[in-house]
Amino acid sequence: MNDHSNSVSSSPGASGLYSAPTDVRMAHIAAGLKKRRAASKRLRFYGIMAIVTAIGFLCILLTTIISNGYTALQQTEVAVVIEVPAGEILDDAGAIDAEKSRNFNWAGLVKRSFRKEFPEVTGMLEQRSLGELLSANAGYDLRLQIEDAGVVPTGPVTYWVKASDDVDMLMKGRMDRTIDEKMRRIKDDQLVWFDKTVAKDNIRLVFNSTFFTMADSREPESAGVLGAIVGSALALIVTVVLALPLAVMAAVYLEYFAPPGRLTDFIEVNVNNLAAVPSIVFGLLGLAVFLGFFGMPRSAPLVGGMVLALMTLPTIIIATRASIRAVPSSIRDAALGLGASPMQTALDHILPLAAPGILTGTIIGIAQALGETAPLIMIGMVAFIVDVPTSFTDPATALPVQIFIWSDSAERAFYERSSLAIMVLLLFLISMNLAAVMLRRKFEKKW
Amino acid sequence: MAFFTSNVALLITTLVFGIVAYMLAVGRIRSRVVAEGVKSHSLVKYYGVYAALWTLVPALILALIWAFAADPLLLNAAEARLATAFPNLPASFLDLKLAQLQNIAAGYIDAPDDIMAAEAAKLRGSMERVALARVLTLMIVMMIGLLFAFFRVAPKFKARVAFEGFLRRSFFAAAVLAILITIGIVASLLFEAYRFFSEISMIDFFFGTHWSPMVSLREGAVAADEAVAGSSGSFGMVPVMLGTLLVAVIAMLVAVPVGLFSAIYTADFAPRHVRNIIKPLLEVLAGIPTVVYGFFAALTAAPFFREAGLLVGLDVSSQSALAAGGVMGIMIIPFISSLSDDVITAVPKSLRDGALGLGSTRAETIMRVVLPAAFPGLVGAFLLAMSRAVGETMIVVMAAGVAANLTINPLESVTTVTVQIVMLLTGDNEFDSVKTLSAFALGITLFVVTLLLNIAALHVSRKLGQRYE
Repeated sequence: MNDHSNSVSSSPGASGLYSAPTDVRMAHIAAGLKKRRAASKRLRFYGIMAIVTAIGFLCILLTTIISNGYTALQQTEVAVVIEVPAGEILDDAGAIDAEKSRNFNWAGLVKRSFRKEFPEVTGMLEQRSLGELLSANAGYDLRLQIEDAGVVPTGPVTYWVKASDDVDMLMKGRMDRTIDEKMRRIKDDQLVWFDKTVAKDNIRLVFNSTFFTMADSREPESAGVLGAIVGSALALIVTVVLALPLAVMAAVYLEYFAPPGRLTDFIEVNVNNLAAVPSIVFGLLGLAVFLGFFGMPRSAPLVGGMVLALMTLPTIIIATRASIRAVPSSIRDAALGLGASPMQTALDHILPLAAPGILTGTIIGIAQALGETAPLIMIGMVAFIVDVPTSFTDPATALPVQIFIWSDSAERAFYERSSLAIMVLLLFLISMNLAAVMLRRKFEKKW
Repeated sequence: MAFFTSNVALLITTLVFGIVAYMLAVGRIRSRVVAEGVKSHSLVKYYGVYAALWTLVPALILALIWAFAADPLLLNAAEARLATAFPNLPASFLDLKLAQLQNIAAGYIDAPDDIMAAEAAKLRGSMERVALARVLTLMIVMMIGLLFAFFRVAPKFKARVAFEGFLRRSFFAAAVLAILITIGIVASLLFEAYRFFSEISMIDFFFGTHWSPMVSLREGAVAADEAVAGSSGSFGMVPVMLGTLLVAVIAMLVAVPVGLFSAIYTADFAPRHVRNIIKPLLEVLAGIPTVVYGFFAALTAAPFFREAGLLVGLDVSSQSALAAGGVMGIMIIPFISSLSDDVITAVPKSLRDGALGLGSTRAETIMRVVLPAAFPGLVGAFLLAMSRAVGETMIVVMAAGVAANLTINPLESVTTVTVQIVMLLTGDNEFDSVKTLSAFALGITLFVVTLLLNIAALHVSRKLGQRYE
């Protein structure tokens, strides 16, 4: 490194200057000074530009997602005047008969009623494309509304049912109606009917509660993230239950009981290396060992949680070791001096003092696990699942995997919904990280 | 009966057993201390915990083994019976029959014929018997453990030492788990890769320049290709590896300048309060899940590059390596900036002071003294970042291509190792076809490459620490 420090003070011809008078030397230095200070300013400017670039990327990323996703908070509904034929749904006692209700053609009823609004539409094909303005699940919507109410009203009543995803996009201004008809998912005659519906004020945007109360669906307007959130939660419960105790035990061992030697070194190398193994490799491990060898169920949050636990383990071990080391040795010495055994010292004195740090590390590890997608895809949590999972072995998907699935779909409405799902995911991550920061602030001790 | 053998009942029984063991042992030591007039070696609670451990731990281990062993054994027996009942069925249909049988036994579906109904009844019966046997065995094991511990409880007995020995051993086991996971990864990948290499030669795999494992999935050709199982597709990983490197290098080209200059600024120019704002903001970039970057790359960056290319008359693929690599670069910026910041601030202050004292400007100090001193650490950071980029999955799965083009043109579509692994292992493939096995061969290659990069990173950056300590 010596040659570098020499070159700092040596500029071309400098050696000849040593013999020159002081004022000549000073003049030479002053002449170069402006340039050198400019170079300094330039480096500082590059640094600022780099940071502006990085934070600029962050802003672009977030604004893109928010501007794409916020409209998914609303859902378009269409008013349809429907007369429900009570006789076909009620039993003899006048209550709704579940069996009859299930067999009743609700979708047909909704479509027939909707057609009455447009008496001018008569052709078979036209009537069909008119029906396409409503969600394919509009009938199911109506059935739920009526079953929830528990009574079948007599006479025509106005019901709000979901519009199809294309109408939804049109309503939110996300579809360009000026482009060529062949390129458009909504055809010209459908546009006319849509405008007529808007003119009659029979269409509205309401809060999209389906998104937060349902699981996945083929129809964007009926798809929600609840199933994915529950799947993620179940997997993360498994992760915490497995990873936290094991990691704390391993960290206590490495900090307090490990005899210096090859085995301990090897364990440490392994822990550090595991933290840098690509996540998809853990997925392969899960696939080959948990699914292939032990024959555990595919797509289950149990297996997902186990794979994530293996991934999170090194993170929590490293965090726990750091916070154990932060506890001053005076505590340890005092405990040992008063006759506590090494195990009692570790469990009764060091660990409670290190607990906030361990908790912070765990939350950060879990937040990482929550965002992890690739290993879950490997063990099959990428399936299309319409039910909210209720147990650790139910087939399930996870929030980031749901984003992946939706972003792969052709419908424009799924694009919007995956943006909103990303916002939900980021919200979870932000709150977890904030919790970690607050915990650290609250319990951080200066020894 | 059903409740008696259920897991909930078992859990309650276990808890009860544990508490009873604790109380019995505590009672015994108390009475013996009084009776014999001596002090016990350990605190009373340790005797209780000791007995509870002897009651619960062996039973727990047995229950775990049982959970993994019992069902496969039963199903194997059922499959053997099915094979004799339907002698003409091929193996894959037999698996379907077995799955159907399980569903019938569980009561989800009705039996299609008498044979299946009888088999299902048999399976159901044996499952019930095994469940009952499990509960009884576990209870006996708990009982034996309890009795053993109970009779060892005596004032002279060192219960605390025994308990702490157990804890220490389990702590050790937890630490060894890290080694076991590594072994598990290597062994499982190697095992599957070995089966792959027994069908495809290693030379073809590592040096072949044509990669198209999916040809057999073309519609109509499936049956024909399955007939010549194993010969379908070609497995030369050179284009895949080249694509991986291309994307990773693009990512590094974005991340290294931005990350390094940010680190220089935060470490040497920024006032403390500015640093305290900038660093967490960069950390936010690191906290964003990769699937979000992938979403951004596929649906915002890729179309943007394509449009921009059209403006200047370039044909940019809609799955260009540029979009995937560029966005991956953004993801890696915080990784490089925080590692570099650590390395730069670790350069001893005396070096900086010496250079400044000799009249160097800030920039001269940084460029000619600090950075050269930090060089090994910086190289280590870049290698770690490279390893990250090579192993990154979601961005490339969502934004890079599937077809393996042998090219280094960033405007074209390339595929990567991780994309191929995901492609090959999603969907309903049979588990041991050459296609799925090739994913494990790619997996072990990926593991080895990232491992080498990590080791190299550790090796070069250790030099820095040695030099200035």
